[in-house]
Amino acid sequence: MGQLEIDMAEIKIVRRAWRAGLRIIGVPLLAIILSVLFSEPGRAAEPTTDQPGAECLACHGDKSMSTTRAGKTVSLYVDGKKFATSVHGSFGCTGCHADLEGKDLPHDTPLAPVKCGTCHASEQEQHARSLHGKAIARGDPLAPHCVNCHGNHDIYPVKDPRSAVTPMKVPFVCGQCHREGTPVSRNRTIAQDNILENYSESIHGEALLKKGLSVAPTCATCHTPHLILPHTDPASSINRRNIAATCTKCHSQIETVHRKIIRGALWEKQANVLPACVDCHQPHKIRNVFYTQGMADADCLHCHADEKLRRARDGQSMYVNLGEVSHSRHTKVACSQCHSEVNASRVRPCETLTRGVDCTSCHEEVGRQYISSTHGQLNGKNDPNAPTCKECHGTHAVLGKLDPQSPSFPTNVPGLCARCHREGQKAAVRYTGRQHEIIANYTESIHGNGLLKAGLTVTATCTSCHTAHRVLPRTDPESTVNPANVPAMCGRCHHGIEEQFENSIHAKRISGSAKELPVCNDCHTAHAIRRTDEDGFRLEIMDKCGRCHAEIAKTYFDTYHGKVSRLGYTKTAKCYDCHGAHDVLAVTDPRSHLSRANVAATCQKCHAGATRRFAGYLTHATHHDPQKYPFLFYTFWGMTALLLGTCVIGGLHTLLWLPRAFQMRQELRAAEEKAAAELGKSVDKEDPDG
Amino acid sequence: MPNGGVKERQFIRFTRLQRILHICMIVSFMSLALTGLTLKFSYTKWAAVLSHLLGGFESAGYIHRSAAVVMFGVFFTHLVDLYQLKKREYGSWRALLLGPSSMLPTRRDFAEFVATLKWFVGQGERPAYGRWTYWEKFDYFAVFWGIAVIGSTGLTLWFPVFFTRFLPGRFLNVATIIHSDEALLATGFIFTVHFFNTHLRPEKFPMDITVFTGRMPLEELERDKPKEYEALVASGKLEERMEEAYPAIVTRTIRAFAWGALAVGFSIVLWIIYAMLFAYR
Repeated sequence: MGQLEIDMAEIKIVRRAWRAGLRIIGVPLLAIILSVLFSEPGRAAEPTTDQPGAECLACHGDKSMSTTRAGKTVSLYVDGKKFATSVHGSFGCTGCHADLEGKDLPHDTPLAPVKCGTCHASEQEQHARSLHGKAIARGDPLAPHCVNCHGNHDIYPVKDPRSAVTPMKVPFVCGQCHREGTPVSRNRTIAQDNILENYSESIHGEALLKKGLSVAPTCATCHTPHLILPHTDPASSINRRNIAATCTKCHSQIETVHRKIIRGALWEKQANVLPACVDCHQPHKIRNVFYTQGMADADCLHCHADEKLRRARDGQSMYVNLGEVSHSRHTKVACSQCHSEVNASRVRPCETLTRGVDCTSCHEEVGRQYISSTHGQLNGKNDPNAPTCKECHGTHAVLGKLDPQSPSFPTNVPGLCARCHREGQKAAVRYTGRQHEIIANYTESIHGNGLLKAGLTVTATCTSCHTAHRVLPRTDPESTVNPANVPAMCGRCHHGIEEQFENSIHAKRISGSAKELPVCNDCHTAHAIRRTDEDGFRLEIMDKCGRCHAEIAKTYFDTYHGKVSRLGYTKTAKCYDCHGAHDVLAVTDPRSHLSRANVAATCQKCHAGATRRFAGYLTHATHHDPQKYPFLFYTFWGMTALLLGTCVIGGLHTLLWLPRAFQMRQELRAAEEKAAAELGKSVDKEDPDG
Repeated sequence: MPNGGVKERQFIRFTRLQRILHICMIVSFMSLALTGLTLKFSYTKWAAVLSHLLGGFESAGYIHRSAAVVMFGVFFTHLVDLYQLKKREYGSWRALLLGPSSMLPTRRDFAEFVATLKWFVGQGERPAYGRWTYWEKFDYFAVFWGIAVIGSTGLTLWFPVFFTRFLPGRFLNVATIIHSDEALLATGFIFTVHFFNTHLRPEKFPMDITVFTGRMPLEELERDKPKEYEALVASGKLEERMEEAYPAIVTRTIRAFAWGALAVGFSIVLWIIYAMLFAYR
């Protein structure tokens, strides 16, 4: 099975190479044909007129010319045309085969090896120092000579697509030896494996081979073309000390982009202290990021597994429960990736630590949000109350927000925020705004009930509105709870409502009003959001609407609907029963619930059989306005005059009567007493004993 | 006061039906006033308390409309009773309406009114009133007026969908004002002027309960309605109208009821005054 996979991989590479080769050969062929057809006749004729190697080609131009070396048949054919157009074409055969100079033809065989270093001295010198050169010096038959990479008679400039070492071909040139299954890969000690395969799938290989970016780095870009040295050699371009310089040849500003991970200045100076590029971006495999474990966790746990381990400075426990980490979200993250300043070469690797864990080296976007948030700004001012990552997420036991055990799991969020924002806690005491009893109100609210009682994890919790990391006060225009952003924020869940609202008169887009317009929380409140079919909401809405529509709300209470509402009953029409709630529009708008076409239907919601004429009832009428409602005004004052007149006449009549009434009472009393006295006398006469 | 073994005989002023109608009217009027005024003065704390006490606005509305039905019932029963009275005692409407016992205002009522005012200011003797004084006639026709005005507007508000088939919607607003202000007039007048004129006059203290018992002492008839007394004596029909007085337990019960009604009435008046003067908006 393993073998099969390797074979398949090889087939893949070969196919890819074939395709690349086609492209490489096809394009130059076309170029040659075109150049032959259209170039100046003088230049095109140059090789034939001069014919520096014409005598040689008399024999070597024969395709069947060959010889036997070490039992193998070797072709001695030279393509005269190719040679003539190559960079060495003008030098003639003897320019390189110097031992032929002045010799009779046909010459003796074999010729001395060509010394490229005669002209290419510095390259020759580098090659000699390189591990390839040293291998040649050792007599390694597998060691590459100039010709193995560059070819012999068909050498073109590197930028010429016909060149054997043009960037597109370099991986295959090197891959001749450095791919799986070759004698080199099998018989020589090379630390990396699957080099060509890994490269072709890396971001660099993809750029070169898939995207055709000829500036993409090839093998030679990092390893240099001629001075190829093992990474252990301090002079090597891929030595830890030099790797940064090598990578920054292309990634020139990488330290500014990577400042979360590595402080640029240190990177250059102390490459051994800080991770080198390849520690994260594995050589050849380079994808976007791949973190290796620069240091084994076991090294840390050597000390930190001890439960009694304490920090000398303040006695704080330094024990690390590996179980916590291994059940956490960071189970695959090594200690040193968070505690990033450790130095594996020290006995105590952590003695080089200068600062705490910076989560933003991985969670960069979240970190940016946090820094701009109120929490982050306070932290920036070294406010002791400011929460950092660990206050909410914990440390080694950090869990994802989908884990019910996590403090950031939806049902745990209110409790988490309550640690500081509950009344009396450290955030609540310094808060000066209008929102109080936030946690208590939320818990009682429809959202709080949904989340905590019904256990609906999709219910809005603190972070749904305020965001988790970008918490800002409502006065900040960037804040999700800024009035301008509230409809969109609520609309993330209540999308249908938001659509209605954005088309209502309360939306700036529709009303075009410069006044402050209400948003969701102006009617529904921020934290104490109730069901809208509950009594409380239905009775309070008039005051809510009345904050802006003061006059119309007042006159509502002069009519039946309002009076019943004032008594504390919800069954009569409230503002939104007639005007609509989120889709409220000016009554002049034909789409309004109260437009001529719609008003009867609106009344019919409660008053079955109501007609357009029925809708003529003035629901906001007042008898105090003689201009607007003269008939009501005069009816009221007419009735009042009648009332006052009757009561004044009746009252006066009674008041005038009173003295006489009291007088009559006294006379009656006197008469009664007199009658009683007379009766008493007569009784006395009849019965003296009484 | 004559008492002893012989039961006192009293003059019958009101028939049994009239007395029942008056009690029905008290109950229905009090109910209408209480339930209606909770709406009118909904802005006072009082109203909310009372409304909840009555079982909520729907229940209050139900009570209000039931009481209105009773009131209409009282009114039409009285009209039927008048018709039968005409048939039984007068023979013709003319005799009923223009006779000495008519409820209709006459020239003599006007003369008595002027004479009464003179008496009030010490410019003459107390007039010799007949069966119905002018203020009693006023109260009587006030009910007719009230039934017509409050009843008609009340029906409009009861059946708005029906009435707006032929009336403009804003008539409901007008009807509301008329209904409630006329009701205010009725309650205000009855709970003050009528109470004083008829039940609480000092000379009748603690209370005139003739309308509940239907009986009044003969000497009171002689003093308060001398013309009627003289006419009855002259015609010799006085003895026909005399009846035994109710035992003390009955009059005490009646007084308790009447005091209750008075207390409710006065409470309403105080509430109205408070609402109009101190909480008005």
